[in-house]
Amino acid sequence: MSGNMTKLARARGSQVKKKAVVGTGGLTTGQRVQDSVVKYGFIAVTVVLFIYFASTEPAFATQVSIFQMLKGAAVTAILGLAVMFTMVVGGLDLSIGSTAGLSVQLAAMTMVFYNLTGSTAVIVVIVGGLVVGLLNAFLIVVCKIPDLLATLGVMFVIQGAKLIPVNGQSISSGMTLRNGATAPGKFTADFLTIDRGFVGRVPVPVIIMLVLVVLAWFVLSRTTWGRVMYAIGANPQAARLAGVRVGLYHGLAYVISGLLASIGGLILVSRIGQGDVNAGASSLLEAVAVALVGTSVLGMGKPNAWGTLLGALLVSIVLTGLTMKGAQYYHQDTAKGLVLLVALLFSFTISRRKVRYTPAT
Amino acid sequence: MPDLGATTPAGTPGGETPVLELDDITMAFGTNQVLKGVTVALTAGRVTALLGANGAGKSTLIKVLSGVYPDHGGTVSIAGTPVVMESPIAAARHGIQTVHQRIDENIVPGLTVAENLVFEEIIRGEIPPVRSLRRLLPRARAIAATLDLGWSDSVLTKDVFELGIADSQLLLLARALSQRPKVLVLDEPTSTLSAAEVERLFALVRRLRSEGVAVLYVTHRLSEVRELADEVVVLRDGRISNRQEAPFEMSAVVRAMLSESVLEQSHELAEQRGTAVAIGLRGVQLLPRCTPIDLDLRYGEVTGIVGLIGAGKSELARGIFGVDRLRSGDMTFEGRPYRPRHSQDAVRRGVYLVPEDRAAEAMLPGWSLAWTATLPFLGSVSRGKVLSAAKENRVGRDVVDGFGVLATGPSQPVDALSGGNQQKVVVGRWMRAEPRVLLLDEPFRGVDIGARGDISHQAHELAAAGACVVVLTSDVEEVRGVADRIVVLAEGEVQLDNYTSEIGDDAIITSMSEVA
Repeated sequence: MSGNMTKLARARGSQVKKKAVVGTGGLTTGQRVQDSVVKYGFIAVTVVLFIYFASTEPAFATQVSIFQMLKGAAVTAILGLAVMFTMVVGGLDLSIGSTAGLSVQLAAMTMVFYNLTGSTAVIVVIVGGLVVGLLNAFLIVVCKIPDLLATLGVMFVIQGAKLIPVNGQSISSGMTLRNGATAPGKFTADFLTIDRGFVGRVPVPVIIMLVLVVLAWFVLSRTTWGRVMYAIGANPQAARLAGVRVGLYHGLAYVISGLLASIGGLILVSRIGQGDVNAGASSLLEAVAVALVGTSVLGMGKPNAWGTLLGALLVSIVLTGLTMKGAQYYHQDTAKGLVLLVALLFSFTISRRKVRYTPAT
Repeated sequence: MPDLGATTPAGTPGGETPVLELDDITMAFGTNQVLKGVTVALTAGRVTALLGANGAGKSTLIKVLSGVYPDHGGTVSIAGTPVVMESPIAAARHGIQTVHQRIDENIVPGLTVAENLVFEEIIRGEIPPVRSLRRLLPRARAIAATLDLGWSDSVLTKDVFELGIADSQLLLLARALSQRPKVLVLDEPTSTLSAAEVERLFALVRRLRSEGVAVLYVTHRLSEVRELADEVVVLRDGRISNRQEAPFEMSAVVRAMLSESVLEQSHELAEQRGTAVAIGLRGVQLLPRCTPIDLDLRYGEVTGIVGLIGAGKSELARGIFGVDRLRSGDMTFEGRPYRPRHSQDAVRRGVYLVPEDRAAEAMLPGWSLAWTATLPFLGSVSRGKVLSAAKENRVGRDVVDGFGVLATGPSQPVDALSGGNQQKVVVGRWMRAEPRVLLLDEPFRGVDIGARGDISHQAHELAAAGACVVVLTSDVEEVRGVADRIVVLAEGEVQLDNYTSEIGDDAIITSMSEVA
């Protein structure tokens, strides 16, 4: 309701601001500067911050530290991609944090409780993510529950339900089970290489992240599936009347989201090496934030893969830089929030173009 | 700058001071000069009709008047005193009320009908924002009463979203009138109204005129001009190309609106008769509580389905296109059972629909012409799901060239085009894709005579080439201009079905108002 009011006000405001001017290409110098600020401003901010940290902290721009930053961005970027897909169809998946948390626990249970191999754990986790995605798709498409509300409900259900089989305890190797026995298994070495391994000198999570970003970019901007998803986000009615199977692709976005969230969870559990019950809980807001940051990058005005990656990288750069400068862990959220707000200033305040993202409720 | 082509002096009869004067108004967006010096005066107690093809600058002129574009050139004077229209609120303060054509931009969904009626007061802070609905009701009732809307409290407390498009239009009108304007601007007010509602609107405009309100009436329909206006002003390409006092010479008006090439095109179309049945409907119930109908839509002819708002036209079109399920009954396509589960089933068979409400049902905000044109046919511009930008641009250029769209190219956003050109894009994308059955639901709404002629002509050609073309409309004049065969729907039932040359307007109009 109030969203519509503000939209109305904004539309009116932007009309009033239109200037009657003559210049090359129909734009004033001011407008062209404004456009490039919107387009490249965020990237410029990233580069400036990088140079600032690099010149003041000798340890910042080393190869080790750069890979560390990329690695630090991996989980956020992948979860950001998950949210991004649902934003593309005009929704928002609030359950990705808990899906990642579920992945952590499923992987730990498979290996520690049931003493199965690392590859089995990977399969269980992926299946788990797909099941959550399908559940979201079912609730939204078939039961017609608004996206935000359905995924909010699923988020709580997963968060609570996953505590039941473990009595609310985190899972670690050698823990005592409910029947008094000791847990038979442990995190396998191959599973732990998901986070700790390297290909050449590049950490595995960085590779996974880049592959997924390229895939997501390709699907969204080069294939018919992506085009159809953007159409649904732009105007679901018009998409349906153009012969698009809106429900199918709307649901597909949530299944992709569940899948990506579980992959993010895999890297996360491999990093912490135990079945922490609280893992993933905080990642939701960060993922939403980087996906939103992504909409402003390059003045795209719509959710996109490279922007999401850049958002995650900037957060990682800022956190690493601040940590090197002696900031405490509790400063991190403030920093992330500021990054998000700066990005939103670029896309909503400075941009002359209307941003094409309005979450459905 | 003098008005080009003005046939009478700009002064007003009787020597009265005009309520509102626009002097040499100019307006440009970037390098695009939309208004090139327009001088118009509105007098109390007179209706001035403003005509012009799409893109002539009508909407821009209205927006200057209503304070949306404060950066215009030239002067606006109220009762002889120059004023600055810096915002819509300023315009309202000067006694200018505008009912814009785009309803969805002006009502606030999520609020009740009553809250929308008193919205002006809420904006101005005369009614505190926190106030119970019950206490808004008396004022809302009073506003609704100015138009004799006869809305009960249960209507007033509904979400405005539940009102139909025609009622929403009336709501906006009532809201504008509640401010007791000195100048009332109506931008194509009848484009969504049914005949009875149009009559009511006309009566109201006449009453306002007798009460001394100056009315600026923007329309595409010449019959409305003849019936209502005291003066007509024609805009073409940002300039006034004709100005007349009643009685009008309509051929001069039409000539002033159109460029020569368009006039040559609008010749009489020869009536065609088809034989083979494309879509057959058997026992199809269009509306709740109405008798099921049988209807055959044939190849090789343009079938015009006429009916008032709510006669079941859109239900029929959406049922055939597979967007909504039919209540009951069976359909056949080329003799075989046809039961589309979604629109994709229809599109695959070459059954296409151009929907009624372009903004809500066909436009994708920010999308380019090429993207909009290819959305229904992504398979044809991709290989193994991978899109080819070159093929997409070719389709976009096809639509631009084939349908005379005024656009800079396939990458131009469709929402930057004028209404008629937007319509050409959404009609053209289906027409170029070899339709078997093409359903056009109100294809001429908000479209100028030139674009209307183009679309009619293309529809005729398609049928001549063997397609089944169906035009659904509530305008008898329109359907006569395009259809070979006319089917009249009233309250979901077929009242008349015959070839156009064999029935007169009277028969059509009588059967449209038939009630079972």
